[in-house]
Amino acid sequence: MDLLRFITAGSVDDGKSTLIGRLLYDSKSIMIDQLEAIERQSKNKEEGEIDLALLTDGLRAEREQGITIDVAYKYFSTPKRKFIIADAPGHIQYTRNMVTGASNADLAIILIDARNGVAEQTRRHSIIASLLNIPHIVVAINKMDLVDFSQDVYNNIVIDYAKVAQSLGLKQVTYIPLSALQGDNIVEKSEKMSWYEGPSLLHFLEEVQVQDTINLTDGRFPVQYVIRPQTEDLHDYRGYAGKIISGIYKVGDAVTIQPAGISTRIKAIELGGKEVPEAFAPQSVILHLEDNIDISRGDVIVNSTQPVKIAQELEVLLCWMDNKPLVPGNKYLLQLNSRVVRSVVRNIEFKLDVNTLERNEAPAQAVLNDVIKATIKTASPIPYDAYQDLRANGGAILIDETSHVTVGACMIQ
Amino acid sequence: MSAYRLDYLDQLEAEAIHIFREVAGQFERPALLFSGGKDSITLVHLALKAFRPGKFPFPLVHIDTGHNFQEALDYRDALAAQLGERLIVRNVGDTIKAKQLTEPKGKFASRNALQTFTLLDTIEEFKFDACIGGARRDEEKARAKERIFSVRDEFGQWDPKLQRPELWNTYNGKIHKGENVRVFPISNWTELDVWNYIRREKIELPSIYFAHDREVIEHQGQLVAMSEFIQLEPTDKVFTRKVRYRTVGDMTCTAAVESGASTIDDIINEITATKTSERGETRIDDRVSEAAMEDRKKNGYF
Repeated sequence: MDLLRFITAGSVDDGKSTLIGRLLYDSKSIMIDQLEAIERQSKNKEEGEIDLALLTDGLRAEREQGITIDVAYKYFSTPKRKFIIADAPGHIQYTRNMVTGASNADLAIILIDARNGVAEQTRRHSIIASLLNIPHIVVAINKMDLVDFSQDVYNNIVIDYAKVAQSLGLKQVTYIPLSALQGDNIVEKSEKMSWYEGPSLLHFLEEVQVQDTINLTDGRFPVQYVIRPQTEDLHDYRGYAGKIISGIYKVGDAVTIQPAGISTRIKAIELGGKEVPEAFAPQSVILHLEDNIDISRGDVIVNSTQPVKIAQELEVLLCWMDNKPLVPGNKYLLQLNSRVVRSVVRNIEFKLDVNTLERNEAPAQAVLNDVIKATIKTASPIPYDAYQDLRANGGAILIDETSHVTVGACMIQ
Repeated sequence: MSAYRLDYLDQLEAEAIHIFREVAGQFERPALLFSGGKDSITLVHLALKAFRPGKFPFPLVHIDTGHNFQEALDYRDALAAQLGERLIVRNVGDTIKAKQLTEPKGKFASRNALQTFTLLDTIEEFKFDACIGGARRDEEKARAKERIFSVRDEFGQWDPKLQRPELWNTYNGKIHKGENVRVFPISNWTELDVWNYIRREKIELPSIYFAHDREVIEHQGQLVAMSEFIQLEPTDKVFTRKVRYRTVGDMTCTAAVESGASTIDDIINEITATKTSERGETRIDDRVSEAAMEDRKKNGYF
């Protein structure tokens, strides 16, 4: 059994909460006491019927305002797979929260209300999905019951969305017509849409290949921590602890320590206390090297045959996440995996309209939820890969040195 | 290519170990909050995988309410001794005396809320900058919103509206003096994942997780263990039932479930078939209000 992480993008009006509630309910992941609790709550709110959004809106403020503010994580599993849902808010005001939820997703479900077709927010969610390089997109055309399960409505939306997908370069797009409220094409294939030949949503989620989202070619191992017991019997033990974020490592492999550029070989690999001949992403292991080299947290042990890029000037697409504006010339800490360096945002090249993908003139400052193209200069060299090539080594965060808050998400170009 | 594919438990394990090592790499004085329950026992097992043959870069810390099950305390002491790791115990009873706090009254007077005082004092005493805990997002809806690195201010408070964005697998542990971070390595595990992992890794648990005979009373459909800490009412009937514990908290606020499950396999079968959630079935303290957990967390609860 493996694991699929996906994000749901859409608003309450598109039936997003109903869809999640339906998946949880039909996979028996909602328990009786939780149902009773939302039943009590629904009555408190005098809405008459059960409000499935109460299952996902976990904070008092969200329930009071009837909106999703922050990402909530939900879990369910079938005999085939374990699923982690990042339930993200869809409103433009919460773009940063959607970016957060999308950063780890293997797949995005983009909800479209069949009555409205491709809307501004559909484009926005798709743009974010493409910026964050989510490998699979499911376009869930919901509320088919309200358009008489019409194939024409479905076809027109598919034609419209295909244009969006093409302009964004989205490759793996799957369209599923459904009714979350009535359960059509959620678990079982709907008899009301016999013209639809594809799988039900759950069936698709169970079967979609996620293996290709893990890169097994480019060996990247950011060192997190050095293990040195310094006891009598382990006097010379020096192990580099970290997670293989991509690639495969074998004993004897030639590796290069970056950014220092020193070459050596792998002497041994430990996995959970046992020596193994090889290990692969995303395993957490301890590496031992042939030569005694000065290596510390933040260094990357790279497979020598698959060199990493090294630079002190990075071109990035940057989503700004703080209430204070980004002012070019300001200094921030840049963290890429375990490496943290001081950096300065040099200049803003353009601002991206997340509703249309148009490039707007560079603003003097970037404000909350802006997506901009910028140049960042770092105080010391950074080993990295382009985000579009290798997500695991191309996404960095910016941290405000004075507030310590995470203020920006960088997709290195 | 299937040889290079990880099972979901392996993926969860790799993620948790990565989080542990981020704590070791980013903080100067971390601690692992250990209660003797299955989730914190799982954390210890993961810490072994993250740091052996080295020592843990943190002590185990138990905030003891004085209302614990003896079996869990015995297990705690034996485990710490066997691992050769440092164990720090601080008692809620001592805090109550020193600070002249008011003990909650009532039939199931629980020290659960007072635990927060002792926890915050302990954090201050040892200047802990990170506290690793076994909370999971599937437990409760406020927890479903919490970050893996969750920043608390100098009063230990959680501000759910001002959480740092947490992207990719990059964890920002930068804090100001006096603040601390609560870290949850098994955030993405469900109750069943924990049990499946315990089975796979053959992790030993305190005996109260398995079916045993116990004197209990019934309270609103839940079975509560007889102990010196609860006040019996004349109408209460004490009887013996075969029970096990699905969670291990205070004796006064944790209910037992009727069960004949004597092995991990039996327990997993029962949990797979159950229709009630873990906290719903066993925690009396969550029933106070819709936002009981959110409110406690805002006040510094773990």
